[in-house]
Amino acid sequence: MTKYIIRRLLQTIPVLIGVTILVFSLMHLVPGDPAQIVAGEGASEQTVENIRERLGLNESIPVQYGNFLGNAVQGDLGSSIRSGRPVMEEIASRFWVTFELAFYSTILAVFLGLIAGIVSAVRHYTLADTSIMIVALFGLSMPNFWFGLLLIQWFAIGNWMPESLEFLKMRPSGWGDSWRQIILPVVTLGTGGAAIIARMTRSSMLEVVGQDYIRTARAKGVSERLVTYRHALKNALIPVVTVVGLEFGGFLGGAVLTETIFAINGMGRLTIDAIRTRDFPVVQGTVLVISVIFVLVNLIVDISYRLLNKRIDLN
Amino acid sequence: MEKQELLKVEGLKQYFPIKGGFLGRTVNHVKAVDDISFTVYEGETVSIVGESGCGKSTTGRAILRLEEPTEGKVEFRGVNLADISKRQMRNYRKDLQIIFQDPYASINPRQTVASVLTEAMEIQKVLPANKRRHRVEELLETVGLLPYQADRFPHEFSGGQRQRIGIARALSVNPQLIICDEAVSALDVSIQAQVLNLLEELQEEFKLTYLFISHDLGVVRHISDRIIVMYLGKIMEIGDKTSLFENPKHPYTKALLSAIPVPDPDKKKERIVLRGDVPSPIDPPSGCRFHTRCPYATAKCKVEVPVLRTASSMKEGHEAACHYIEEIESGEKQPNY
Amino acid sequence: MSVPEIILEVKNLKTSFATDSGEVRAVDGVSFKLPKGQTIGIVGESGSGKSITSLSILRLLASNGKIKEGEVLYKGQDLLKFSEDQMRKLRGNEISMIFQEPMTSLNPVYTVGQQIGEALMLHQNMSKKEAHIRSVELLKLVGIPSPDKRVKNYPFELSGGMRQRVMIAMSLACDPEILIADEPTTALDVTIQAQILELIKELQDRLGMSVVFITHDLGVVAETCDYVAVMYAGQVVEYADIRSLFHYPKLPYTIGLLKSLPRHDIEQDKLEPIKGNVPSPHDMPVGCRFSPRCPAATDLCRAKMPQLETDEKGNQVRCWIYSEEWDGESEVNIYGETRIAKSRGTETVLPD
Ligand SMILES: Nc1ncnc2c1ncn2[C@@H]1O[C@H](COP(=O)(O)OP(=O)(O)OP(=O)(O)O)[C@@H](O)[C@H]1O
Ligand SMILES: Nc1ncnc2c1ncn2[C@@H]1O[C@H](COP(=O)(O)OP(=O)(O)OP(=O)(O)O)[C@@H](O)[C@H]1O
Ligand code: SF4
Ligand SMILES: [Mg+2]
Ligand SMILES: [Mg+2]
Repeated sequence: MTKYIIRRLLQTIPVLIGVTILVFSLMHLVPGDPAQIVAGEGASEQTVENIRERLGLNESIPVQYGNFLGNAVQGDLGSSIRSGRPVMEEIASRFWVTFELAFYSTILAVFLGLIAGIVSAVRHYTLADTSIMIVALFGLSMPNFWFGLLLIQWFAIGNWMPESLEFLKMRPSGWGDSWRQIILPVVTLGTGGAAIIARMTRSSMLEVVGQDYIRTARAKGVSERLVTYRHALKNALIPVVTVVGLEFGGFLGGAVLTETIFAINGMGRLTIDAIRTRDFPVVQGTVLVISVIFVLVNLIVDISYRLLNKRIDLN
Repeated sequence: MEKQELLKVEGLKQYFPIKGGFLGRTVNHVKAVDDISFTVYEGETVSIVGESGCGKSTTGRAILRLEEPTEGKVEFRGVNLADISKRQMRNYRKDLQIIFQDPYASINPRQTVASVLTEAMEIQKVLPANKRRHRVEELLETVGLLPYQADRFPHEFSGGQRQRIGIARALSVNPQLIICDEAVSALDVSIQAQVLNLLEELQEEFKLTYLFISHDLGVVRHISDRIIVMYLGKIMEIGDKTSLFENPKHPYTKALLSAIPVPDPDKKKERIVLRGDVPSPIDPPSGCRFHTRCPYATAKCKVEVPVLRTASSMKEGHEAACHYIEEIESGEKQPNY
Repeated sequence: MSVPEIILEVKNLKTSFATDSGEVRAVDGVSFKLPKGQTIGIVGESGSGKSITSLSILRLLASNGKIKEGEVLYKGQDLLKFSEDQMRKLRGNEISMIFQEPMTSLNPVYTVGQQIGEALMLHQNMSKKEAHIRSVELLKLVGIPSPDKRVKNYPFELSGGMRQRVMIAMSLACDPEILIADEPTTALDVTIQAQILELIKELQDRLGMSVVFITHDLGVVAETCDYVAVMYAGQVVEYADIRSLFHYPKLPYTIGLLKSLPRHDIEQDKLEPIKGNVPSPHDMPVGCRFSPRCPAATDLCRAKMPQLETDEKGNQVRCWIYSEEWDGESEVNIYGETRIAKSRGTETVLPD
């Protein structure tokens, strides 16, 4: 197992290098002179020159990449053109916001998804199963931003909210430290995730329930309840773990729309703002950090899959 | 009549690399077939028997060059198949056909029987196109199917019928040698008997030679002239049918034969129950491969590899690879269970 | 000889499956008796309903399966009338089962010990620790080397033969009265099969169980069973003690089966195959199910289904030849053997 982890870690190195190359080339793939673009139209010759100097664009491309990589490894991603603060600092201040959102959303997704998936599988081909799967299909096909907007409409702006749910109303200040404000975005993200997990759990459970060892358990006199929870679920969860991990990774990197709708100052917002203002170092920084996180989440998912699935740990 | 050599296998080895380590280097080998030699004469049926994983199928595949052998020579009609080019090999493909165990897996489910059968003829250019249809119908009759079934799809046939289609396909190019890899193993007894009889009739009619791979010794006794017993990639014993079944010399052959239940409740026999499992072909036992399970094994067996030989009590052409053939026979060596 | 106690009797069992292409009558008339302490073999070709018969006995059918008719008498009580709770107390405790596929019949995420222990904790109220100790003993009983280490292994760490031993250990955990073994050696090599057969026989002698042994291998039957029920297309077509079945088979199908079996222990000239194929479950012949393939079939056979008739020894056969209604020759030639029509008992076969 240790051997596997080491091998897996080594394998991430080329992936990470690839990521840095991609991120680095972002700036150079844009048509035209990056410095000019950053400076904006109508900027003076001098400003453009300053920017070029600051971004190190005078060097040859390999040298630029070398500098970029060297700095990145030391945690230096340059500084924001807009605010002048180091990119790392900008990211750090936003990261935990996004992390919190992703974390709670994942918990909600797992909680709802598992229950729905198990009920669906145990009662398959009944009304309960069909209804759950229809709802899940809606959950899957409904874009997050649309659902988020609906929620805002209902709870934050709409007048048809019952008194008792009054506390859910969005504060005008946007993201604060109150747990109340986290609920709507978490519901937005979490229910979408729950739909995926529910479908995965259901199909995985149905597959497992048909296996020979389930029949063996029944032949031992194990009750239906225990057959489901002790024998089937543990096996069925193995592929679900992968989905949960990837979802968490996805929430960390891809909650851009949800963050925008709910005015949350997370990583997604940061990226969007940076793109809008052509703040290249920040764009590079966020994309890099998100990619690295994704690679790491993947790694953890793979390793836990191995830990759970004894069968593939053969050599 | 002088027996004509058709196929000669010499020192055949087939090692499969095992990848491992950080960079996927080859860390070890599965020694699936490890230095075996035998000859198949024209018109006879030679069987290869042995337990799962002993290298039977690998031998068949290596002969057909479906996998390049690691080492060794495969001569067909005196031509070393390893020496010839891919293009020349194609000409030999026609003479060497194979029938697999799973009649489902080896036939494309989207093709009609007719197109399955003509395909091989097209590739090998055995007949002008306008004569092929007629040949298809002829072939179907030969294997006991009906000509009108030519336009049906494989799923419309039963397992036994599908196996007949496999046989018809092999026959379509007028081969000389057919390798039957567990060709009847998946069939029920009543159907298996039909297919075995068919194979025998076809052999007579078309002067075919069979290399018959099977783990079922009943089937093997029925169909073969000579038999090769393999264990962990090596030949343990080889001989004509009567010698091998009536006068087996290798302790493994004896154990194998005694392990098979006999469909006769009054025939209670002494059974040699072997201990333990078959060792892995990755690190096969040193010396005699069978020594870890052999009831007669000594220290010598652990180090010295026994060669195939004919002891004085054995008929010509009957060989076994055991150090103690004579001693076991005379009772000088007793099994230690 | 005293009449042995019948521990299990199946009477005219019928089990169907609802499928997209209609009802599949997988088991359609199965009857047999198992005397206490003895072994009955159920033989038949693939798809003849052997596994479904055994699953029906324990009522472990897939959700689309349903027992339509019949009785399963265990110690005189009809299991088909038991509540689900009563059945559960029986399964793995008084009647246990081992399956065809040792590779997939163990749960991959639990250790061997956990899986054996489960039945013990369930039926015998053992604590975890007691169950563990007993599991080690059971592994030792079935001949697994260093059982105290193996008990902590996961199934993937064991070979096929070892897994089947584990399955046997598991099924023996609660000292069952009846062991149902569904092709326990089919997936194994002959030398390993020999080990497992020996083991089952030895344990049976030691523990006094009765065994239902399902297989398609007539050699295995001859070697392990006292009685045999031959199945064809969902029905028991012949039931006899082992010697009668192999020496004086009555049913044309059984005779054909024995004649088409290639043997390694004797030299045979030619096999005598049964013509044609097993009927599809969707398209069963109206009369005798074997009639389209039977060399002796008459109009009667094709029109009317024969019933199981019992002879003086208690053996049964489902064939018109031996009934008073038979409309063919009085000496019937079947695959080179002669049977006397309308006869019951041993005079069926001409003396040599
Ligand atoms: N392509 C391959 N790569 C690695 N190992 C292989 C390969 N093909 C076969 N082997 C191994 O070689 C050994 C011999 O395999 P082979 O298929 O020849 O056995 P066999 O005698 O035909 O067995 P069976 O009766 O199960 O068909 C086995 O241990 C198998 O796992
Ligand atoms: N769940 C199911 N739904 C529909 N048909 C089924 C189902 N299970 C079994 N059958 C059918 O019941 C028939 C009998 O099956 P069974 O498994 O008892 O055969 P068997 O005698 O055990 O054969 P084998 O030797 O191949 O194990 C087959 O035709 C099979 O297709
Ligand atoms: S009843 Fe008729 S068809 Fe059926 S087995 Fe007997 S003789 Fe043959
Ligand atoms: Mg093979
Ligand atoms: Mg079965």
